[in-house]
Amino acid sequence: MLRFFKTTPPTALLGLFIILSVAIMGVFAPFLAPYGETEVVGAAYMPWDSVHLLGTDNLGRDMLSRVIYGARNTVGLALLTTAIAFTVGATLGIYAALKGGWVDQVVSRAVDVLMAVPPLILALMLLAIVGPSIPNMVLVIAVIYVAPVFRLARASSMNIVVLDFVQAARLRGEGNLWLISREILPNITSTLVAEFGLRFCFVFLFIAALSFLGLGIQPPTADWGSMVKENATLITFGDITPLIPAAAIAVLTIGINFVVDWMLHKASGLKD
Amino acid sequence: MTNILTVRDLHIQARHKHGTTEIVKGIDLDLKPGEVLGLVGESGAGKSTLGLAAMGYTRDGCRISSGSIRFRDQELVGASASTLRHLHGNSIAYVAQSAAASFNPSHRLIDQFTEAPLEHGVRSRKQAEADAIQLYREMQLPNPEEIGFRYPYQVSGGQLQRAMTAMAMSCKPDLIIFDEPTTALDVTTQIEVLAAIRKVVKEHNTAAIYITHDLAVVSQMADRIMVLRDGHMVETAPTEEMLANPKEDYTKSLWAVRTLHRETRPRPEKTPLLAIDKVTAHYGEFKALDSISFDILPQRTVAVVGESGSGKSTLAKVITGLLPHSPGGEIRWQGEALPPRLQDRDKTILRDVQMIYQMPDTALNPRHRVRDVVGRPLTFYLGLHGAEKEERLRSLMEQIELDPDIYLNRRITELSGGQKQRIGIARALAAEPRFIICDEVTSALDQLVAEGILKLLLKLQEKYGLTYMFITHDLATVEAIADDVVVMQHGKIVEQGTRDEVFSPPHPDYSARLLASVPEMDPHWLDRVLAEQKIDLLENN
Repeated sequence: MLRFFKTTPPTALLGLFIILSVAIMGVFAPFLAPYGETEVVGAAYMPWDSVHLLGTDNLGRDMLSRVIYGARNTVGLALLTTAIAFTVGATLGIYAALKGGWVDQVVSRAVDVLMAVPPLILALMLLAIVGPSIPNMVLVIAVIYVAPVFRLARASSMNIVVLDFVQAARLRGEGNLWLISREILPNITSTLVAEFGLRFCFVFLFIAALSFLGLGIQPPTADWGSMVKENATLITFGDITPLIPAAAIAVLTIGINFVVDWMLHKASGLKD
Repeated sequence: MTNILTVRDLHIQARHKHGTTEIVKGIDLDLKPGEVLGLVGESGAGKSTLGLAAMGYTRDGCRISSGSIRFRDQELVGASASTLRHLHGNSIAYVAQSAAASFNPSHRLIDQFTEAPLEHGVRSRKQAEADAIQLYREMQLPNPEEIGFRYPYQVSGGQLQRAMTAMAMSCKPDLIIFDEPTTALDVTTQIEVLAAIRKVVKEHNTAAIYITHDLAVVSQMADRIMVLRDGHMVETAPTEEMLANPKEDYTKSLWAVRTLHRETRPRPEKTPLLAIDKVTAHYGEFKALDSISFDILPQRTVAVVGESGSGKSTLAKVITGLLPHSPGGEIRWQGEALPPRLQDRDKTILRDVQMIYQMPDTALNPRHRVRDVVGRPLTFYLGLHGAEKEERLRSLMEQIELDPDIYLNRRITELSGGQKQRIGIARALAAEPRFIICDEVTSALDQLVAEGILKLLLKLQEKYGLTYMFITHDLATVEAIADDVVVMQHGKIVEQGTRDEVFSPPHPDYSARLLASVPEMDPHWLDRVLAEQKIDLLENN
C-alpha cells in the first residue's frame, strides 16, 4: 500500500482523492447533507452564514445540501450512461472487427451517420422527440456516445483479430461470445478503461449542459448543471454561489483526467 | 596494422524491476580495417548488444558498466552525445534486421539516403544523389537511376535491405554493423543480398561486424567468426579454421544442428488421410492457389516448400476452412468431402485438424495463463473439468518437456520463444488430433531451440501416430523431418514426391534454384553458386 503511494504520481493521487470524495458524497448524501434535497429551509438567495454554509438558492433551499445531492444525481447518471454506451459500443466494435465484411460496413456506416450530426444538436432533437425525462436523457446520450466508443473498440480490435491466437480460437470452433469476451476484450481493456474515464467526463459535462438548457435532469432534483442555471442571476450581483456547482464539475473533470492520464501512461508502457 | 575497433573487457548491464543483470560480461574484440567479423550466437547471447556497443550506443535500460571501446584512437565509452552523433552515420553505420520497419514509409528512399551526408556536411545534395545512384548500381538494384525516387513500400524486401546497405555506405564509413540483415528474407532473395553486401564491403574496404544466428550465412560473409553465449565469448578464429575445427563443445553443438536427419520411411499403400483434389482459391480477383492436388498419407510428414508468396500459407488456410476454396475442387478427409467453410464443419473435424503457428508471440493470447491456453481445448472438445482436466494438463506439460509445477500457472508473457512454441504444441495436442498443420514453426526460433522443437514433434508423431503438414522455406527443416515434399511457386505445385525423389536430380528449374539457394556451411559456397548462376545466364543468353 505504501509502495502504491510512493510509485504513483501526485497528480494521480489527487485525482483519485477527488473521485473518491465525490463517490462518498454521492453514496452517503442523505447522511452528509445538513438538509434535505428539496427542503425549503429559508428565504431565497440567503448569503453564506454558519447555518447555511453556502447560503440558499432561488427557492430558499440549502445550497450545500444540494451540491452534495447533486453529486449523486449528476455523477450517478453520467456513470450509468457511460456504462451503457461502453457495453453497447465495445461489443458492437469488437463484433464488427471480428466479422468484417458487410457486418462491419453496415454498423460502421450507421455509426458514421450518428457521428455526422453534432452531438448537442442531435441530443436536443432526440429529446424534443421523445420528451425530456431522466430515462430518455440517459438513453439518448448513451446512443450518441456509442459512436466514439464503437470506433475505438473497432480500431483496437482490428489489431488483435488478425493475430494468430484469435485464428486459433476460430479454428477451434469457438463462438462469438468467447472470441469477444475471452480472446479480444482482455487485450484492449486498458485502452477502453482509459477511454471510459475521458468519455465519462464528456457525458457528465453533457448532462450538466442539457440540464442547464432545461432538457436534462428536471427540477426539483438537485443537479450541478441546473443549479448553475437556477442561480445564474446571482452572478450579476457579484455573488459567486452559482459558480460552486460549476467548480464541482470542473474539479471532478480535472481529477478524472489526472487519473486517466496516469492509466494511459501505464498502459502505454512508457518509462518516465 | 592498427585496429579500427578495439574493445577491452566490456561489461554491459540491463536494468529491470528487480535490479540489474549483466548481459555482456567482459568481452574483448579487435577489428582491423577492412576485416569482416561474424558474431554468432543464440538470442540472448548479447550479439546485438555488443554490435550496438561498437557504435558507443546502448539500448534504453542498458548501460556500459565498465570496459573500453576505442574506434581508431577515440574512446567511445563516456563520449559526449555530440561526438557520437558526429561518428554515427559518418564513420560508423548500422544496417538493421528489418529494412521494411526501419525505413520511414513516408519519405522516398533517396531522401533518406541523402539525410546523413547532408547532416554531416560531407556532400552537397547533388553529390549525395549521384552517390546514391552509384551505390544502388553497385548493390545491383534494378533501375538504379529511378529506384531512389520510390517509396519504401514500392520496392521488395530484398531490394529494401540492399537500399539500406547502400544508405549505410552513404558517407563511406570505416565500419558498418550488420544486424541480421537477411534473416527476414527468403533463401532465393537472401543470396542476392548477401552477394551485393559482400561485394560492396570488399570494394570499399569497409570493416564490418556481421551479426547473425545463421552459421551458413556467416561463413560466407566473415573473415573471422566469434561465438557468443550468455554474454561471454566462447571462441574466435578465422572462418575456415572455425568451421573445420571448432574447439569448444558449445560451438560443436551449434555446428551439429544442421545434421538432424530423418530416416527414409517406405511410402505405405494406404488410403490418404487428407486428399486435396484440384483445389483453387482466390483472394478477391487474385488466384492464390491454382488447381492444387496432392495426398497426405496417415502418419507421415508432408513438407510444403516455397518462397513467400508461393501460396503455402494460403493452402493451410484453405485446408482449415478459414479461406473457402473456389467451387470445382475438393478436399477429402478420409474419403469424405469436407465443407469448404469453417462454419459448416462439425466439431470432430475441427478437433482432428489442429494448427501450430509461426510466431509463438502472437499465437498465444498474452492475457492468458498457460493453464487457460492448454486447458481450453480439453474443456471445449473433451468436456473435461476439475481433477480430470488437471491430470491431463499435467501429463500434456510433461509431453512437451516443461515442468507442470513451474509453468502451468505462468503467464504467456513470462515464457521464452521456445517455451511458447512448446505451449502451442501442447494446445494442439490437447485436442487429441490426428492431423497437425505446422506453419513455419521453427523459423522464428534459434537453431538449437528449433532443433529441440523438431525432435519433440518427431517424438510425438511416433507416440500418437500423428500426421503433419509442414509449411517451411527452410530446406534443412525438410531434411530433418519430412517424408514427402511438395514444392510450390506462384500458387502451383512445381514438383512433388518423396523427400529423396525431390532432393535428387533432375530438378525442375525452380526446385533447383531453391535447393541451390540454401546456404551451406562452406565458405566458398556463395562464390560457387554465383559462378554457376553466371554460367546459367551466359547459356540462357
